[in-house]
Amino acid sequence: MAVHAPTAPRRRWGSTVAGLLVLAVMLFPLYWMLNTALQPDSGLLQVDPVPPGLDLSGFTKALTDQGGNLLTSLLVSAGAVVICLAVAAPAAYGLARFGLRGSRTIVFGTLITQMVPGIVIANALYTSYVDLGLVNSYAGLMLADASLGIPFSIVLMRSFMVSVPGEVIEAAEIDGAGPVRVFLRVVLPMSRNALITSGLFAFLFAWSDFMFALTLNTTDDVKPITLGIYQYIGAHVGDWGSVMAAAVLSAVPAAILLVLAQKYIAAGITGGSVK
Amino acid sequence: MTTSTATAPPAAAPRKSTAPDPARARLCRRLARWGFVAPAVVFMLLFFGYPLVRNVVMSFQHYTPKTFFTGEAPFNGADNWSSVFQDALFGKALWHTLVFTAGSLLGQFCVGLALAVFFNRRFPLGGVLRSLILLPWLVPMVVSGVVWRRILDQDTGVLNTFLDTLGLGGHTPWLTSPGTALLSVILVNVWIGIPFNMVILYGGLQEIPKELYEAASLDGASAWRAFRSVTLPLLKPVITVVLVLGFMSTVKILDLILALTDGGPADATQTLGTLTYQNSFVELDFGAGAVVGNVLILISAVFAVFYLRANRTEGK
Repeated sequence: MAVHAPTAPRRRWGSTVAGLLVLAVMLFPLYWMLNTALQPDSGLLQVDPVPPGLDLSGFTKALTDQGGNLLTSLLVSAGAVVICLAVAAPAAYGLARFGLRGSRTIVFGTLITQMVPGIVIANALYTSYVDLGLVNSYAGLMLADASLGIPFSIVLMRSFMVSVPGEVIEAAEIDGAGPVRVFLRVVLPMSRNALITSGLFAFLFAWSDFMFALTLNTTDDVKPITLGIYQYIGAHVGDWGSVMAAAVLSAVPAAILLVLAQKYIAAGITGGSVK
Repeated sequence: MTTSTATAPPAAAPRKSTAPDPARARLCRRLARWGFVAPAVVFMLLFFGYPLVRNVVMSFQHYTPKTFFTGEAPFNGADNWSSVFQDALFGKALWHTLVFTAGSLLGQFCVGLALAVFFNRRFPLGGVLRSLILLPWLVPMVVSGVVWRRILDQDTGVLNTFLDTLGLGGHTPWLTSPGTALLSVILVNVWIGIPFNMVILYGGLQEIPKELYEAASLDGASAWRAFRSVTLPLLKPVITVVLVLGFMSTVKILDLILALTDGGPADATQTLGTLTYQNSFVELDFGAGAVVGNVLILISAVFAVFYLRANRTEGK
């Protein structure tokens, strides 16, 4: 405690001020998004630096126009998370513990998927989706969006499950538990943090997806909020207030996740990419 | 990793063997183990492996808007390839992709590193500020694009208004002139990428033992000298990973460019990603789209080699 008492304080608060300035610059665009959303009447005019009053009509309009799309996004993202975890968690466990021949190749393949551009996947996927009748379907979009999170989740959960102590698993096996039971009752509960982190990221990836929404849908049947906003700017050039209100609404999940789960997010970014 | 599982686990021996023959029991166990991994392998083959192969095949097929009704896409040799390569737009898109990627990486990395070093010092509220900076990275990219489109508007955007107040011009057509559009798109992407770079580099900095800096300062090294001789060399593996991951995610960006400029004005921000999209999904010439997509994969593949090498040297 007493180590950095004497000289430090003033300089350290100076850093805080500098940090606040950096933060202000970095977050300014997001402030401006909110600010514009609260000035729905500004239209194509200049926007005041601070909203003159609390005019929520932009939000009302955005909710009317985009509320359904928000729900679509929520549904599709939730579905993608379920698929992603159901596929990735057992695989991560298998790759971490079973020493299967070919494990290394699979992990290698998982890393390789990060280099495949989404638009290339969409290109091929669209033609197959046409044949399979999956264009304009919730299931089709959920599956495609799940693919965004699966490699990440496998890598992240595997590096976590490697460190689950072997004795615990062996003890359960001696008690007569089969591999599925060991996985469900022992490994999953112990890997809670890795599961939460993977789930969060799978959700964010699916929620932010624009490419699959754009390419795998030809009608308005399944329209997530990202696609909704993109089409909104085409149709409502003069109505920036409600466009920005829709943008604010679409950014809410990210903000909530950041507040509720910041330790998981920082851990996920570092763990998923470096390890 | 192989030690614990190469031989049959001890649990198998004392248990009464219920299966009639042990070879079958072993096979069952092996199948059960593969059962854990198989769904993921199948999924990744379908959603990553298959598209790679399919794109190569498609690049030799003639797709028209009618293809999806008739199901006919006859092979047409190298026609798609030669027509794409002869189109001047392809060369432009390739160049824009390289400029966009290099510019974005340079900006993201330098600012990200500076911020990581800055936040590596302990100061009040440092942790809170650091995690709040992540917010731009978490907002969907299309949404960021839309917001910046408003900010960069030539006549009523806040950036020009601000520059005007300072007497620094303030009439730059950021996104609407072919001369500045690509630069503007790069700047926005730098803003998006800073948090990611910062977080990973910060993680790397945290791993560097503090004693090394104490030793350096005892030896009379300046802060800059310590940065060059201690920080940079020890951070090198993390730097490689950040740059390679950044490259692979930047080279294929589509969302942001579509939201900001739709590839315009006058194709000034058309990249390989947007060109693939335009060929396939706007003009419905999936063969030409596949050609451009293959080029994009090829570029990524070259860098994947770097990535794997980095991954290996960092190794376990």
